[in-house]
Amino acid sequence: MSRLIRLDRAGHTDLASWTAGDEEAQRAAVEVFRRELDDGMLASATLPDGSAEVVRELPLDAELVVMRRPIAGG
Amino acid sequence: MESAVLAEAAAMPWRRRVSERSLHAEGRLWTLWSAGVLLTFGLPAALLIWIEPLAAPASAIFLGHGLAVLHVQARRGAKGVKPIGAATEGPQRTALGLLGDLVGHRSRDLLERTGLALEPGRLGTWLIGQEGAILVRPGGHRVHCFCVRVGEGDDLPPADRVAHLLLALREDEEGFATVANRNFSGASWRLRMQLPLHTQGALRSARVVAS
Repeated sequence: MSRLIRLDRAGHTDLASWTAGDEEAQRAAVEVFRRELDDGMLASATLPDGSAEVVRELPLDAELVVMRRPIAGG
Repeated sequence: MESAVLAEAAAMPWRRRVSERSLHAEGRLWTLWSAGVLLTFGLPAALLIWIEPLAAPASAIFLGHGLAVLHVQARRGAKGVKPIGAATEGPQRTALGLLGDLVGHRSRDLLERTGLALEPGRLGTWLIGQEGAILVRPGGHRVHCFCVRVGEGDDLPPADRVAHLLLALREDEEGFATVANRNFSGASWRLRMQLPLHTQGALRSARVVAS
């Protein structure tokens, strides 16, 4: 099960989840993902080795994709 | 998957991208600056004692002023990192749960004890707080302190702010350091003296990982 979540004031919010064979859930996840990007969020896909990668398209094979806000120098 | 350039760093083309070499150069500059401060205050103090030994108290005050300048610099680095507090309930608890999953078993205990997330990287070992990060360079002797935060994150639970920074760091370590503002670099013992007791353990752990 793959998950798309957003870091927000609630701690985090589950936006979508999908499995490899569920095309309808995948389409819905892609739609939500694009909407979040349009709202100025950045997407970070967690890779199996623990690192993360910036993504502009929803990687359907990723286990966890996190939408986050931009960071800035303090 | 796409290239691993941090979007925030790409939006700042005027900033030279941080590298192993630039960090080394910055470290040397900070050392020169610290030596300069010590000389500026130490030499006149020594000269005054040489001319008039009875002026030793005045010399000590002058030298103390120089040492205070160095302490203030290290304190600025220590204050910038801002550890997270204990989870109470609600959003902070939810955020801390996710952050715990992100850091993994290895760093979860340290996070709970010290409020800082430990993350090994190529440039060294990082300690991440709500509004800043400490980079312990390989060998564990030098630290760089960075001010960096979520752009519009006032409404976020503290653990979520750390999660934002952790993800950005994992996406692009050099880019993360490029976006962040520096506020101190120097010997790790100077920073340790300025950290609250409960976060000193995090610095110890980071030094062990870095060495």
